Amino acid sequence: MMNNSDQPTELQADTVVSMQGIVKQFPGVLANDRVTFTLKRGEIHALLGENGAGKSTLMNILTGLYKPDNGMITVQGKRVVFSSPNQAIAHGIGMVHQHFMLVPTQTVTENILLGLNEPRFRLNLSKYNAIVKDLGERMGLPIDPTAHIWQLSVGEQQRVELLKILYRGAEVLILDEPTAVLAPQEIEAFFCTLRKMTSQGKSIIFISHKLNEVLQIADRVTVMRRGRVTAEGVNPNGLSIRDLAKLMVGREITFDVKKEDITPGEVVLSIEDLACENDKGLPALRGVTMSIRHGEIVGLAGVAGNGQRELAEVITGLRKSTRGKITIHDRDVTHTDPRNHIRHGISHIPEDRHHTGTAPNLSLTDNVIMKSYTHAPISKGWTINQVAAERYATDLRSAYNILSPTIKTPVRLLSGGNLQRVILAREISTQPALMVAMQPTRGLDVGAIEGVQKLLLLQREAGAGILLVSEELDELLALSDRIYVIFEGRIVGEVVDKDIDRIGFLMCGTSPEKNEAMGEKND
Amino acid sequence: MTNLAPVKSKNKIRIPFQVRFEPRLGELKWWQSLLITLIALIVSLLIGALLLSVVGGNPWKAYSHIAKASFGDIGVFSDTMVKAIPLILIGLACSVAFRMKLWNIGAEGQFFLGAFGASIVVLIPIVPDGSPSWVYISVMALFAMVFGALWGFLPGYLKARFNVNEVISTLMMNYIAVAWNNFFIYAVWSEGGFQMSKMFPKAAWLPRLTDFSKQIPELRGLTTHAGLIFALIMVVIVWFLLSRSRWGYEIRLIGDNPKAANYAGIQIKKNVILVMMLSGGLAGLAGMSEISGVVHRLQGAISPGYGFTGIIVAWLAKLNPFLVVIVSILFGGLILAGREIQPSGIPKLIQGIILVCLIASDYLVRNRIRIIRRMED
Amino acid sequence: MDAVIILQAGVATGTVLLFATLGGIFSERAGVMQLGIEGMMLLGAMAAFSVTVSTGNPWLGLLVAMLAAGLLSQIHAFITITLGADQVVSGLSLTFVGTGIALVFGEQLSKAGVISLIPKYTVPLLSQIPYIGTIFFSDHSVLVYLGYLLVPLASYYIYHTRPGMHLRAVGEQPSAADSLGINVYRTRYIYVFICGLFSGLAGGTISLAISPGWFSELTTSGQGWIAVGLIIFSQWDPTRALVGAYAFGALRRLVLDIQGPTILLGMRNPFYYNPYWGFFLMMLPYAFTIIVLVIGSYSAMRKRLGAPAALGVPYIRGERGV
Repeated sequence: MMNNSDQPTELQADTVVSMQGIVKQFPGVLANDRVTFTLKRGEIHALLGENGAGKSTLMNILTGLYKPDNGMITVQGKRVVFSSPNQAIAHGIGMVHQHFMLVPTQTVTENILLGLNEPRFRLNLSKYNAIVKDLGERMGLPIDPTAHIWQLSVGEQQRVELLKILYRGAEVLILDEPTAVLAPQEIEAFFCTLRKMTSQGKSIIFISHKLNEVLQIADRVTVMRRGRVTAEGVNPNGLSIRDLAKLMVGREITFDVKKEDITPGEVVLSIEDLACENDKGLPALRGVTMSIRHGEIVGLAGVAGNGQRELAEVITGLRKSTRGKITIHDRDVTHTDPRNHIRHGISHIPEDRHHTGTAPNLSLTDNVIMKSYTHAPISKGWTINQVAAERYATDLRSAYNILSPTIKTPVRLLSGGNLQRVILAREISTQPALMVAMQPTRGLDVGAIEGVQKLLLLQREAGAGILLVSEELDELLALSDRIYVIFEGRIVGEVVDKDIDRIGFLMCGTSPEKNEAMGEKND
Repeated sequence: MTNLAPVKSKNKIRIPFQVRFEPRLGELKWWQSLLITLIALIVSLLIGALLLSVVGGNPWKAYSHIAKASFGDIGVFSDTMVKAIPLILIGLACSVAFRMKLWNIGAEGQFFLGAFGASIVVLIPIVPDGSPSWVYISVMALFAMVFGALWGFLPGYLKARFNVNEVISTLMMNYIAVAWNNFFIYAVWSEGGFQMSKMFPKAAWLPRLTDFSKQIPELRGLTTHAGLIFALIMVVIVWFLLSRSRWGYEIRLIGDNPKAANYAGIQIKKNVILVMMLSGGLAGLAGMSEISGVVHRLQGAISPGYGFTGIIVAWLAKLNPFLVVIVSILFGGLILAGREIQPSGIPKLIQGIILVCLIASDYLVRNRIRIIRRMED
Repeated sequence: MDAVIILQAGVATGTVLLFATLGGIFSERAGVMQLGIEGMMLLGAMAAFSVTVSTGNPWLGLLVAMLAAGLLSQIHAFITITLGADQVVSGLSLTFVGTGIALVFGEQLSKAGVISLIPKYTVPLLSQIPYIGTIFFSDHSVLVYLGYLLVPLASYYIYHTRPGMHLRAVGEQPSAADSLGINVYRTRYIYVFICGLFSGLAGGTISLAISPGWFSELTTSGQGWIAVGLIIFSQWDPTRALVGAYAFGALRRLVLDIQGPTILLGMRNPFYYNPYWGFFLMMLPYAFTIIVLVIGSYSAMRKRLGAPAALGVPYIRGERGV
């Protein structure tokens, strides 16, 4: 275990937060195993670890959402015990979660005021609107206080979250994967804002699993793996991405994905001028034209909320289009139901495995036959051939290494990685012509991520066309043959040469040429 | 792992144990969840006993009275079975709907409409006079199911098309159904000023065990009727439908996760309507069996709340068609003997308490109790 | 058949529905579905009547009714909030239990004689206004006037106060409220209790003011269910609830009155000459509830707004981090 070798061990005056020996047990998993973490004033301290390492748990303990089973926390040198988020907030600790905790139907000001004792009884919004607006400007986070949350973009919502904790006088800001919702260019500006805050005396804990960002922004790094700390408060200068990765995962991981050179075949999916609405009735797609051929992985890059989800849903038949044409193998499937799309060989790995992709209380068997129960051998006239279904499930279970006690186990008891394997098994085994994969590796640990990526590449070799939507640019670059960029419901560019900068610009709705012409410089 | 110390250590007297509930990581064996259900039943009976004694009744006398009056000898058991027949059918109706998370609270109204449908076969008449029994019975059953299905169709359609909450719509249909039947009973088919229709011809009666007492004297006085055969046939059909058929798979999938079902290409709206119609049809059949096998005419008082008891039957039977039979017999006994218990609201109260305890016991199926020893640090 | 009389009676009868609907609005705004209102109302009606018979004090009866229903509501609260069970089934079971208790404990009540009721009152000056005065301010139970007060108070509370904002947040996005220190569980328990209080009040209003007496299940005859329909129709808004409640009240009175006169709309009144046609009239309130539901659900669909987002979803603080 590495330690701060170039700093004296006792720095009480400078230490804002100290967590010692933290233990937290959940049913079946030891999330925090005697974890130690310290935060110094004015620093940006990155907390690094893969999904499931325990970093979110640790921070949830610090913010009072969970109670540790053992251990000690001191803030400003005083021992504290938080039994509710309120107490943590009172001590100046605030957290911006990965999934925003905002009430969509209420305004910015209402969200910021939520949970406070002021105003006493009467909601005097005009007064507070002015206060919020002023705070936003002072902190470099301008926002319209009267806007409803559902009207705001994801980046703006993040600003509201920050203002929420700043309004409460947070001196310690915990940011959980804050760059997930930002385009590359926005990240620079975001880091500027963070530095501005630290220069005003605030201390920041930056939770991330993105190694390059950590190296870029952090003053010190703490790495966690499987509930334990593998490196505590180290200075990232002189560390490489490989070093950090090894601390994160415990072994060397290969960043190069073996991709075969394949010549793409015929066009499998063709979309012309596709338009559709989102759940609120506002336009989500404003005329998308693209095509995917057999044997290629086409990536779709874009900041969350620019129409990716709606595009996937229209392609799979789950959403109606308002304009345009979709053809699969030259057959028009534009206004048909999902079953027709499935019949034409479209497979879908949904973004949300728990709520869309699987039926939690049904057995493993019932879940894997979801696509194939309408034809033989699983279907037998009006009935389901139970024997064939179970054989199918057993085969898939071993082929895809799905860890479950039996094939009758309800899938809600499976872990995230295994659930994804169930979905992949189901979708891939139907030998699809086109796969739409939405964030297929999100929330998985490194081993599972590797497995999923390998499977996708195998499908590519088998001749399937794959549309890969992912928020991890690295993943898109590694796996895709070419990348479309989507912005505000339109395809604004196609990138074949792995030009990250260009992709980044397109994701923000600009282009490198336009950018230079305007003479802006990113700091 | 079981010795976890608390974070704060103030100088207070503390109980050295802490009770915590955690989600179970594995499934319960079938006998374990059955045990929990039985415990829930016993607890609810105890609570009922408590309430009974508060009102001044003697619970043990009441309970033993129920046991004797419903299961004491073959004669009363036969009467219990008569009460169980509509419960089986309605229990099936509710089970099918509930599997899809469609809360059909309208079984009572669908029951009434089924009775109505069966009645018009005889009273209009649809079937010519003097037809043989099998013609009457089969046409009556058919009409009953059609009318019951119709009564289920409307709430189903409203749910599919407008997302109207089916709990309220089916409930409202109950009240409308009673008024509908009453109109025909009082105004159209009233016989001699009494509030009931004329007696059905013998051919339209479902045969009862006692009808064969000439051949088999032991059967004398046994009122169990052929509706039982309908009910048991339906049990098998519904079981087959739910667990072996493709449609049953779709129903279960929709009930568990409509989003997943949608994404698998299943048409949810169509199924909502079809399942409500099936549910209504089964309840309607119960109505036919009741008037054809028991009272042999159409009258206002044909249900002591079968439609609502059937909901509890379905729930207690965990939506399993075979268990529905057993539970129906139990509740049939409760209804039969309950008529004689004072105060008269007791059966309904006990049914409510059973439901509450069942729902609460569900929690124990999902979560387990951990008792943790605490040590001061 | 006098329109003014019908509307006046409508306001009175509608007050029952109004109380029940308001209570349901509070509970559902916090995210807990209320299908047990019928049971709580019946219990309230029985308790109010029973206590008044024993003590002679109708106000005491009303108070006990509210508390009794409030207590009963806590069963539903415990099962749905702490145990996280399905709110539909729990609500139904609450109806069974409430009805059962009411029937059991109210067994002897129908034999009770005349009792003192909640007093009536005619507002001076205001009742002189033509038409409006008669409808709204003449010869009404005090509880009706209470209804007039409660609606703007409820509306103000929900939309313009801090606790009202917290209420709305808990029903829309409980995780957000929780993360900011609002106790979601306690908030929901409180508002379920408030719903119980209102339902008990509604029941007491029936048995002590509007239709005095105890008639077993006929006392409420399904009004609790109509209230549930009205909650949806009102889009969880107290003012719309008022409109709906009074409209329904008027409908019930209309159904009764329409069977009286011999001439209806210039023709022979079929309901007078064939009294059995009255059965179809009896269907009207329930049929209208369905229609009202369709309207409410359809407009919710179109506006893409509607129910509080977390309605019907048990809140369980996530134990495993994301």
